[in-house]
Amino acid sequence: MSATDVPDAERLERQTDEGAQELRPTERELPVTGMPWPEQERDGDTMIINLGPQHPSTHGVLRLMMELDGERVLRVKPIVGYLHTGMEKTGEELTYVQGGTNVTRMDYASPLANELVYSMAVERLLDVELPPRAIWIRMLLVELNRMSSHLLFQATNGMDIGALSMMIYGWRDREDTLRLLETITGLRMNHNFIRPGGVAADMPDGWEDEVLACCDSVERGVHEYEELLTENPIWQERTVGVGTITTDQALALGVSGPILRSTGFPWDLRKAQPYLAYDEVDFDVIYTENGDCFDRYRIRIHEIYESIKIVRQCVEKMPLGDYRVQDRKVTPPPRARIDESMEALIHHFKLFTEGFKVPPGETYVAVESPRGEIGCYLVADGTGKPCRLHIRGPSFYNLQAAGPMTEGSMIADAVAIVSSIDPILGEVDR
Amino acid sequence: MDADEAREETHKGDDEVVADDVAAAAVVKFPNTVFHDSHGQPVVHVDRGVWLELAQFLRDEEQFTQCLDVTAVDHVLDAARFLPEGVHAERFEVVANFLSHPRNRRLRAICQVPAADPQVASLTEPYPGVNFAEREVYDLFGIEFTGHPDLTRILMPDDWQGYPLRKDDAPARVPVTFKEDPGP
Repeated sequence: MSATDVPDAERLERQTDEGAQELRPTERELPVTGMPWPEQERDGDTMIINLGPQHPSTHGVLRLMMELDGERVLRVKPIVGYLHTGMEKTGEELTYVQGGTNVTRMDYASPLANELVYSMAVERLLDVELPPRAIWIRMLLVELNRMSSHLLFQATNGMDIGALSMMIYGWRDREDTLRLLETITGLRMNHNFIRPGGVAADMPDGWEDEVLACCDSVERGVHEYEELLTENPIWQERTVGVGTITTDQALALGVSGPILRSTGFPWDLRKAQPYLAYDEVDFDVIYTENGDCFDRYRIRIHEIYESIKIVRQCVEKMPLGDYRVQDRKVTPPPRARIDESMEALIHHFKLFTEGFKVPPGETYVAVESPRGEIGCYLVADGTGKPCRLHIRGPSFYNLQAAGPMTEGSMIADAVAIVSSIDPILGEVDR
Repeated sequence: MDADEAREETHKGDDEVVADDVAAAAVVKFPNTVFHDSHGQPVVHVDRGVWLELAQFLRDEEQFTQCLDVTAVDHVLDAARFLPEGVHAERFEVVANFLSHPRNRRLRAICQVPAADPQVASLTEPYPGVNFAEREVYDLFGIEFTGHPDLTRILMPDDWQGYPLRKDDAPARVPVTFKEDPGP
């Protein structure tokens, strides 16, 4: 399946390695409205209503305060915090070894991206170099996770707009990838599999066939979605031209990921600032020009194809060797060694009681999660626990775009727009 | 820090090899700025008085198109605190991460904020996207951002007392009572 077989390929832009696009510098006129809120009502004709925090289209517990004039939305203010559980504070109480279990629960639709960014931050402070196999396993897992996250988006986006069969198809294919992740990591979600120093275990026997079979079934599924939705006039009616945002607005509001790319700005950290081994695999950055709900849907569809491409290359090129660094300060010794070596027993004990110590320093590491740039700002103070663990959640920033996207549209479109932002409230509120 | 010392500090910054040209420009432009290479990432430590000017400078003259993140650190209980030479330590640090898309580079700026007067200029004017982030810092650290259009609590309830991410705000300070529990 190549790009040209896709029905809307001619309207889709790709940034390939050959024709890397020049990024346009921005000219700013700031469009951000609706921010100071609430003021006194303008006159008696407008009405302020709350959408959420228990509305099914808000993907959790997002509340949108909207000022309406009839059915037209005048202003929107997203109100968050209903899912705040103090995970950054918890992060200061856990050792670096335990930290993964905490961060993986932030963006629960793409837990592996959280673990990856956290582990990379710890490794940078420790100056640990990973063996190649660990890097490739991480890349494989993160791309599988990107597929499952985008499939979740397709399902819920379809459901929100009213394509209920889309929801069933999306869940079906997402379940395939989750089952595969379960085979590899042992858990469907919140894996805690990518850890500082490598990954928790090697790939299981026969993983290549299972991964390829999953890729085939997901690819078949995504073709079905395209047949179902992309050319569907009702779908286009609901999404084309709805919730538009420009590049300047998106940049000003700190928006990243598929939303930024939907405005004609080909920015993807995997390509721009390659980490892991993304410079050794072949994939395109998908971007479109219109910045509406339809484009955001289409970008995510095609990012699934690109992820499948990367996953297949991972299967092909997976190097042999260790899946974690053999530094006893960071990684536990193999189980068999503990019975015969006193040293191994001590290392094992120390690692799982007080953890390893990280030298004082600070760092910010960013990777491309399915929702945009996820960053980890980590401050170490020489003890076994971080002094500060901050996660820059892409949804937290992307949600600010809900205002400019929704203002001036109909209230029924607000649901389509929030859904197209694809916010994960666990990450917003942390 | 008096003026002489300040000048000395600036020169110290000059003598050091500043590998990053944007950071070098910032060191020249703003007095008391100290450049630091943090594990390969350029970091500038600036006075909080020039916090907003630095952001304006980065946006208008150096093509830093996005301010990705604003956060803070409370250093009150650190076992060992890491700071480059020439930076006067205070309790709080406010940290901003900037990204330039056209030039494909990052820069991190850090300013020291004293506990007695926890205030710093808001960056919402040059970078409206930090609105939520600054509200989060205000909510969890109690650092005020002057000039912010809507500085209210964002994650904690509006009537919450205290600032949870400060180190002296102990977890489990508020007892949890269960239904049918006589309570403390």
